[in-house]
Amino acid sequence: MSLINIDEMTQRFGGLQAVSKFDMELQGGELVGLIGPNGAGKTTIFNLVSGFYQPSEGSITFAGKDTRGLKPHQVTAMGVARTFQNIRLWHDMSVLDNIRIAQHYRLGYSVFDSFLRTKRYRKGEERIDSIAWEMLEAMDLKEFAHELPSNLPYGLQRRVEIARAMSTKPKLLLLDEPAAGLNSADVEGLITLVRWIHDNFDITIWMIEHQMKVVMSLCQYIKCIDFGATIAEGTPEQIQNDPTVIKAYLGDDNI
Amino acid sequence: MQKYAINIAFFVGCLLIVLAAQFGMVDLYVQSVIMFMGINIILSSSLNIVNGYMGEFSCGHAAFMCVGAYVSSVVTVVLFAQNKIFGAPILPPDMAVLFMPLAILIGGLVSAVVGILVAVPSFKTRGDYLAIITIAVNYMVISGIENLEIIGGSRGFMGMKQVVYAMSDVVNIPWMMIWTILGTVFTIWIIRRFVSSTYGKGISAICQDEIAAEIMSVNTNKMKLVAFMLSSGLAGIAGGLFAHVIGYVNPQSFNILKSTECLVMVYLGGMGSLSGSVLSAVLFTLLLEALRPLQIVKWVIIPLILVLLMQFRPEGILGNKELGDVFPRLKRYCRFK
Repeated sequence: MSLINIDEMTQRFGGLQAVSKFDMELQGGELVGLIGPNGAGKTTIFNLVSGFYQPSEGSITFAGKDTRGLKPHQVTAMGVARTFQNIRLWHDMSVLDNIRIAQHYRLGYSVFDSFLRTKRYRKGEERIDSIAWEMLEAMDLKEFAHELPSNLPYGLQRRVEIARAMSTKPKLLLLDEPAAGLNSADVEGLITLVRWIHDNFDITIWMIEHQMKVVMSLCQYIKCIDFGATIAEGTPEQIQNDPTVIKAYLGDDNI
Repeated sequence: MQKYAINIAFFVGCLLIVLAAQFGMVDLYVQSVIMFMGINIILSSSLNIVNGYMGEFSCGHAAFMCVGAYVSSVVTVVLFAQNKIFGAPILPPDMAVLFMPLAILIGGLVSAVVGILVAVPSFKTRGDYLAIITIAVNYMVISGIENLEIIGGSRGFMGMKQVVYAMSDVVNIPWMMIWTILGTVFTIWIIRRFVSSTYGKGISAICQDEIAAEIMSVNTNKMKLVAFMLSSGLAGIAGGLFAHVIGYVNPQSFNILKSTECLVMVYLGGMGSLSGSVLSAVLFTLLLEALRPLQIVKWVIIPLILVLLMQFRPEGILGNKELGDVFPRLKRYCRFK
């Protein structure tokens, strides 16, 4: 059974076809890329997969279950986590709290337990606390646990956001332009981090990225879309030499 | 021992107030000011859940207070007092002593259910539009009650004094003072536990970035429902206490002006600060009483203070910090979970 199977997914906004007949099948364990010029519909695809939009047509099957009609938090609970193009951390909460709240779906206690501080509450809080510290330790963020994210440099904020997504224990991690706004040293760090996550966790990573250095060095398989339609797919070498991709990015010779 | 210094001081203080009231060392006026202080603390801290922690703008808080006040009054009057419409008391009035907190809790529960009226629209709307909905709910509740002739309509509803007297006949201690203090402590305790749990912090996540909250597995609709119901339920408890302290309720005492008073207290204290809400409720009550000799002019002075506050300290007295964060030394003397 494949991890995720997207079948002829189409999304329309009024008359605009943002995504048309998009197909994708991941078996689990891959590290794939999604590229395309600005406005090609990449983020829309991520919004559809994470349940933020409902596809106009077609289906998304995650781990054997149809995710249409599910709320984003339910999709996340099934094992799809994502980061955002522009960092969306909760800026007035400590890094630790950011990571703890991301485990909201498996707190294991109800609101009344939180009033009465029952055994279930203590167990739940202890568990998520230990998971959060483990995650901070693994992502090398331990020393910043009590800082506010807004006081951290941009590269670290990105790392915190990835850690927050990882703490939902995802099977599929969607990274929406993780290298956007990073300097070249941070980009190197990001490449190492993503590769490390992919090697050390049982996880499939699907990333949107504009920086070819990142995509070409990380991804095993790349899909290129333009105006919502898939124009090319293949290994990094195939994509690099594909005339349609070059045309989509740079235009053709006839002016 | 040192750890609990403030807790013990608070307990002793409350005991002293009750004893002073019992032996007539403070007059009824001072007693009522203290009771209103408690009610205002409940109102401001419960509104702080929605306006401060969750970042929505509810300006119909008095509606829930109204529901709580009427429901608990009707319950106690029907059960324990002679009333023109409801007739003779169903239970012997002596039992009011035992039943009183339950009646107030029933008022709170019903107003928590009425809170769904605001919570459900909040799934799709937020900000200014939700504020308009909350004002509409406030008007709906008031007009609804004004048109219910059986509970007095716009003339108001009374008879709660009989119940309070019946309680005093059994054991002559200042019952309402005790229930108000207990209600206040209960409210603070529940809110404190809620907002410091990871579950409750979900509402702060909604405040700071709702989309990120939803994507990071926070069930935002459920959290909004919980927050609105908790907030309105506690306001209902405040209403129940208010009705029994005054002994008379009128729909117009819960109009938009009362809601505004709640808002003023929240913004005075600081959004998302529980100790700020408590502090501002105490200050606001005292201010209202201190300015009483000015009569109608006080409604010029108090808004003026608000204007100055918004100009020079828009985040309120404590901002979004707790008292313990501003004075870290206090933490050594206080354990409060």
